[in-house]
Amino acid sequence: MSELKLMKGNEALAEAAIRAGADAYFGYPITPQSEVIEYLMAQRPEKRTGMVVLQAESEVAAINMVYGAASTGKRVMTSSSSPGISLKLEGISYLAGAELPAVIVNVVRGGPGLGTIQPSQADYFQSVKGGGHGDYKLYVLAPASVQEMSDFVEDAFDIAFKYRAPVLILSDGLIGQMMEKVNLKDQKPRMKDEELIKRYNHWAVTGKKGRERNIITSLDLQSEKMEARVRRLMKKYKQMEEEDLRFEKINCDDAEYLIVAYGSSARIAQKAVELARDKGIKVGLLRPITLFPYPKQQLFELADQVKGILSVELNAGQMVEDVKLAVQHKVPVEHFGRTGGIIHTPEEILEALEQKIIKNGSIRHHKTRESSIL
Amino acid sequence: MENLNNNTMTEEIIIAGFGGQGVLSMGKILAYSGIMQDQEVSWMPSYGPEMRGGTANVTVIISDDRISSPYLKVYDTAIILNQQSMDKFEETVKPGGILIYDPNGITHHPTRTDIKIYQIEGNKLANEMGNRKISNMVILGGYLKVKPIMKLDNVIEGLKKSLPERYQHLIPLNKDAITTGMNNVTLFKVSEKAPLS
Amino acid sequence: MEVLDIIKPENQVFCKTKLMTDTALSYCPGCGHGTAHNLTMEVIEEMGIVEDTIGVAPVGCSVLAYDFMNIDMTQAAHGRAPAVATAIARTWPQKYVFTYQGDGDLAAIGTAETIHACNRGENIVIIFVNNGIYGMTGGQMAPTTLEGMKSSTSPYGRVVETMGSPIKMTELVANLPGVYYATRQAVHTHKHVRKAKKAIRKAFENIKLRKGLSFIEIVSNCNSGWKMTPNDANNWMEENMFAYFPLGDIKVNGKLKQ
Repeated sequence: MSELKLMKGNEALAEAAIRAGADAYFGYPITPQSEVIEYLMAQRPEKRTGMVVLQAESEVAAINMVYGAASTGKRVMTSSSSPGISLKLEGISYLAGAELPAVIVNVVRGGPGLGTIQPSQADYFQSVKGGGHGDYKLYVLAPASVQEMSDFVEDAFDIAFKYRAPVLILSDGLIGQMMEKVNLKDQKPRMKDEELIKRYNHWAVTGKKGRERNIITSLDLQSEKMEARVRRLMKKYKQMEEEDLRFEKINCDDAEYLIVAYGSSARIAQKAVELARDKGIKVGLLRPITLFPYPKQQLFELADQVKGILSVELNAGQMVEDVKLAVQHKVPVEHFGRTGGIIHTPEEILEALEQKIIKNGSIRHHKTRESSIL
Repeated sequence: MENLNNNTMTEEIIIAGFGGQGVLSMGKILAYSGIMQDQEVSWMPSYGPEMRGGTANVTVIISDDRISSPYLKVYDTAIILNQQSMDKFEETVKPGGILIYDPNGITHHPTRTDIKIYQIEGNKLANEMGNRKISNMVILGGYLKVKPIMKLDNVIEGLKKSLPERYQHLIPLNKDAITTGMNNVTLFKVSEKAPLS
Repeated sequence: MEVLDIIKPENQVFCKTKLMTDTALSYCPGCGHGTAHNLTMEVIEEMGIVEDTIGVAPVGCSVLAYDFMNIDMTQAAHGRAPAVATAIARTWPQKYVFTYQGDGDLAAIGTAETIHACNRGENIVIIFVNNGIYGMTGGQMAPTTLEGMKSSTSPYGRVVETMGSPIKMTELVANLPGVYYATRQAVHTHKHVRKAKKAIRKAFENIKLRKGLSFIEIVSNCNSGWKMTPNDANNWMEENMFAYFPLGDIKVNGKLKQ
């Protein structure tokens, strides 16, 4: 039986990790995500499921602990917030290079530097454009509710093991700190060691028994081998784009204008859509649920239908670049967002839409008509 | 949302005061009560250093529909527990909305005439009941009287859910506090001279 | 008598452990790494624990340890081997987990991971090869480079006032309650090899006892980095390295030696 609870996003995520049958969590406290490790410690998961929870000496140690457990085929997770994720990037690059499954959670706060502890989406570039060194990508899930903070944990593990690749859950202080009703899934048993060895015997380091030795490494000093590794990674990412893209369209059917927003911004933008429709403006919302893969084709097609697109993000303009790439200059694309931990209000978003896009859009519409007359 | 569908209810509330006045827990009880009557809820706190001794506020939304933004600029109801919050949030009540406040410590009373304003002596009544900590429940009672969005039974169930095990014995006291609040909330007329507090 | 008549199992007095692969070692002739690898693999074979052993390779000269050690291995980011080993040992408590690290990896970039794994008393073995220099990257100063010793980043010799003193990691971690066994060994003579092997065996036996962490430092040479012949390097090591890093047990069965 599933269970209905009022929980913070961070707590729901932690509870979901236990219920998803995670084997281990390694983390280091940082606001606004410390509730994850606090909740896990309070839950005594070692007694509930045998899950290992350890407070590491640093984010660097934590991500390398994740690397260690992942190299043995265990389901392992870590979480942090922006400055901590910067520290983890080396380890994340290694996870990608060594082709290891792991779940990393970023409850984003404002930056750069020590920044602010208030919500932000300023880690979009870091999340989808590599972040760490080398040719790699992360499968990035962006939850927009406490329910999704819970649901995406198991989804993330599934994807991580499907592709043997690290998966990022990109949340933020708003989703992490807010409480909502959440339907918790049933407890799944942790995989037994014998089962794990049977299933991942072809790659995991569990002790050399009845087979040649397994080696986990991201090092290939022979360039041809390294290129082959990179190609293998690119093939995975292509498959992710073909099979595991996720997005949500809200009020898009009759939309004349489009807002693109993910995570907390998508929630606020949805209210802006409601306010706009109250005023008789037909606005739709495209919410990318995965930020990589990105709904490029959907945006390309919607650009034929709408007069302009506003990318709403809690940052100085990051995802807007991907929106522009997808739209390929078919219609004007603008960015709106607050930074420094300030959360934009639905009213602000509507105002930005009216000033940056609708005004713009009508001008363009006009021009088109004129040119058609000519 | 209300405008989209008149048959469904959405109540957008800001609760604001000092840290330690039970602002966040009042919001939590409201949210849990909403769950008890099968509604969608969200509870979005201010967090960080400002919580430590400074001002605390929480946005609570209770709705029959999926909730869009958990973060708002304007509210149906503002529940105000100190002067800083009055200064900040009086203006954010939608025209026709409700502002309910504890006059304890308030030096500048609200002045808006396009909203309904209520007073509830949470602090004073709680002291009279012998437990200063239940002032937030008195205020919650006052709110539920003027905006009966949920049944008292559901609130008590919500209370049970949100109180840790060691405080469960305080449920009857909390129930009394809510009732006291319900019986003592008064309409405040802006034209009246502000009562001394 | 033909050679092939002599090469028969009954005449065999020594053979290479099966846990060393046939891949030619990438180490410079005279380097101690090969011997340290070999001893570790011999111990694992003799204890019959290969099926339950997971090794963690570092960054440095022994980054390719997994090419030579015929066991399951994970290669860690620079300095993070103790964190990697921590997680493996925690999620597989019945396994024998060890790290194999050099001085740059363990005593510079990975100091925090080393200290905290030791302090938590992780049930692992750390094998720490200290040759007082960064060999892999071409002879730069290590945290264990001796005072006055020349390297490519201390071309006029290590100056303590500006570069600090060489760090004695084994003495340092021996003071942490989580460390059950701390010893300093060498592998340049038969005598030292036998002693070092005993120490490695004791460390792996300690995993079985679940008493905490065993820390084995092996003071070694780096003839390339030191720019000496192998013989001269060994002599220099005995005279200078052993004087600052004295060999012997520092902590045994959880008790510091006086």
